[in-house]
Parts: sequence; C-alpha cells; structure tokens
Amino acid sequence: MKNESENAISADFPVKDASASGDNLLISVRGLEKRFGEIEVLRGIDLDINRGDVICIIGPSGSGKSTFLRCLNLLERPDGGSIVFEGDELTDKKTDVNLHRQKMGMVFQQFNLFPHMTVMENLTCAPVLLKKCTKEEAETKANALLARIGLADRAGAYPNQLSGGQKQRVAIVRALCMEPDVMLFDEPTSALDPEMVGEVLDVMKELAESGMTMAVVTHEMGFAREVSNRVIFLDDGVIGEEGSPAEVFGNPQSERLKSFLSKVL
Amino acid sequence: MNWFDKLHETFIATGHYKMILGGLRNTMIITLGALLIGVVIGSVIAVVKYFSEDAPRMKWAAALCDVYVTVIRGIPVVVLLLIFYFVVLSGADGVIVAIITFGINSGAYMAELIRSGINAVDKGQMEAGRSLGLSKLQAMRKIVFPQAIRNILPAIGNEMIALLKETSVAGYVAVVDLTRAGNLVRNNTFDAINPLLLVALVYLVLVVGLTRLLKVFERKLAKNEERIRKRDLR
Repeated sequence: MKNESENAISADFPVKDASASGDNLLISVRGLEKRFGEIEVLRGIDLDINRGDVICIIGPSGSGKSTFLRCLNLLERPDGGSIVFEGDELTDKKTDVNLHRQKMGMVFQQFNLFPHMTVMENLTCAPVLLKKCTKEEAETKANALLARIGLADRAGAYPNQLSGGQKQRVAIVRALCMEPDVMLFDEPTSALDPEMVGEVLDVMKELAESGMTMAVVTHEMGFAREVSNRVIFLDDGVIGEEGSPAEVFGNPQSERLKSFLSKVL
Repeated sequence: MNWFDKLHETFIATGHYKMILGGLRNTMIITLGALLIGVVIGSVIAVVKYFSEDAPRMKWAAALCDVYVTVIRGIPVVVLLLIFYFVVLSGADGVIVAIITFGINSGAYMAELIRSGINAVDKGQMEAGRSLGLSKLQAMRKIVFPQAIRNILPAIGNEMIALLKETSVAGYVAVVDLTRAGNLVRNNTFDAINPLLLVALVYLVLVVGLTRLLKVFERKLAKNEERIRKRDLR
C-alpha cells in the first residue's frame, strides 16, 4: 500500500524536475530585516534554499518564524536586505511580485479558503483568472489532485462543510494548482484538532517525497526530524542554529536551542 | 355618492389612474437608476479607501473621497436636487437629473456601508488571494468584495428602502413621480383623501415587497452554504 502510493505521487503532484534547470539555487535571502514599529522582528537573516530542499523553521513564539516566511513572498515587505527568487530581486520595486507569487504557493495556519466558493472553485479560481489554463484543464487537474488527497467527492462542497484537516488539505492543493516551484507553510497544523494533524502532515510528507521545494514553519518536531533535510532554529530575529535534523535535534550547540528543545520534545 | 363611486370618479372616469401609473413608473425608474449609480459610486469609493490604507500614492484619492462623502452627507437631498436641476445640469430632463442626484446622494451612504462590509472580511482572504498571484484588484473583485456584499446585504436593503421613499421629493424639479402624481390628482379632483391614501398604499406595498425579496435572497445565500452539509453528516 505504502509503495503504491509513493509511486503514484510523482505522477499526481505537479512537481517540476529540478535537474531540468541548471541553477539549483531557488531562493537566496541576505541580511533580511523587518520591523513592526519599534520592534525589530527580523535582524539580518541569510538563507539559501535549493531546489528540492525541505526546510523546517522552528523556534520559540515571537522569534520571527512566520514573519520570515511571509517576507519570502512579500506578504510582509522587508525593511532591509534582499530576497532573490529564481534570479530576480523581489524587494526591487520594479519586480512584478504577482508573477513571482504564482510560483510560490502558500499555506496558512487558518487555511484561508474562500468561503463563498466551492472546493472546486477554490482550486480553479486563480489558475483560470490568471490565464494559466482553461477552465476545463484547471478542473481536470483539480479533480486529479483532490483524488490524490482522498477528497474527490467533496469538489462541490463549501469550505464550512469540511473538517479542519480537510480544509487544510484543500488549501495545500489550491496552492499546488498554480504549479509552484516552492511551497511555503505557515504553521499548517497549529489550528487543527490533534486527530487531524496526521492527515495534513501525511500530504506534506508525500509532497516532500515527490521533490517539492518546501519551507515549513512548524511546531511538529517529529515532522521536522523525519521529513526535512535542513532545520533552521530562529531565535529573536536571527538564525540561532541550522543544520541537518540529526545535528539540530541530536547535538544542539547553543543553550537557547537546548532549552527550546527541552520544552517542545 | 358612495365610496366606490367616488373612487371610480377620482381615478377611472377622469383617466387619472394613468397619471398614477406614470408616476409609479417614474418612481421605479429613478429608484433603480439611482441604486445602480449609488452602488457603483459606493463600491469605487470603498475600494479606493481600502487600497489607500497601505498605498501612500493613493492618499489624495482617498482624501477626495472623504470630501465627497462629507459634502454629500451634509446637504439635504432636496437642496442637492435643486442645485443639479437649476445649476449643474440645467436644461436636462427632470427624471435624468433625479436619477443622477439620488445616485450621487446614495453613493455617499453606500460607500460607508460597503467599506464596513469590506473591513469585516478576514484579512487572510486578501492574503490568500495575493499569495496565489492575484493582483490586489483581482483579489478584491473575486474574493473580498463578494463576501463584503454578503455581509451587508440587510443594510443595503435598508438603503434601498430609504432611497425609494426619498425619491418622493423628485416633484421639486417637475418630475411626475408617484407622490407628485397623487398630489396632481388631488388638485384636479378636489378629492384629497383617496389619491394620497392610494399613493401611501403603493409605497407601502413596494417597501414590503422589497423587504420580502431581500429576505428570500438572503435565505438563498445562506442555503447555498449549507446545501450539502446535511447529506454529508454521516
């Protein structure tokens, strides 16, 4: 069963072959700063995200994890530093952010499905409006993806008829319908009832295994340890420590990380 | 002469019913036309003000909208009507002037209404739309605005009712609307009570009808969302 589903993944999740592009570096962040009034939330963050990376960003609340993620697609405008995505400087005023956002899927803590649209309309609205494909093509793709996450029969349902876990899975698929090059997850399981966390993490895991580049802000240390290839510990607006899951979880260097891990593990 | 003979003489025999029907027609035309203009103006203002919140370049546009709302809300609609009929649009047909004036007037109230509706939509909705690559305007049109309108449907219904009754002052600029028609019949027939009662009754029926229609519409929207819920509670 397990093998079967893994084989099906790459066929169903639209992930582009990383080797097709010569450049492996997808996002390059340098000296990123963000202030909210007097409060410095991000104080100079450097990070490279390569194609195929699954990066988990962990850290205490208030450390700037979500803000950092939201800066990546400019939902928050950085106050300093640079973000280069696929060779283009995003913080440049002349850059067409909308075009780049089409390549960066985002999943929110609160799902943010459109309540006045059916599941199918949620999935097809943006691709059709942005003329990425025809309505028929979008629906075909949406149906395939819904089938992939086991919600094929809910295409006509409205979001408030879905459970939290179903909503978040639909939200993930909604982002995938734009065929993004990277997926950003902002605490995707934090608003879920405990019994629904698993189904969302499973979808994310399959997505990671299919080769999708992902940046995940999460409190799910099990997921970070098992799925990611790099863990970033964000502390007070800077990267406190980073490395493979084995390094970060198995051999934490700083007292801050040790104390954080002792609380969450 | 009994009451029915009196009615027959006032409205039928003298052909005055045509005047009432013509007045009703004008009242409906003015109301619907003004409503349309009001919704368009109100939407534009509300959206401009929403966008100006984080776009410094649009501050002047927002300021202009504020002036518009303040001025229009500060002037009685009759005065506005006279100004438009005798000054701004002098020489234009009274019905046209009435549609434009009531539309402009209603737009100022609609703007505040629609803005409150937009503000009541969760910020995450706009963010979700933008994160998919939609422009601000596309996200507004497809995602935020439809939800905003749903939020304020009852209030828009109230505004419609107020607008319908407000048009009764259109007679000031020589428009024969329902009220003016009734008053003319009163004048012509020396029968005061029946024409005025009829006019009042017609307004009442229109308002009740409108209220019913809105209720049906609201219920339909609510049902849309609940449609499959029952089937799926397994």
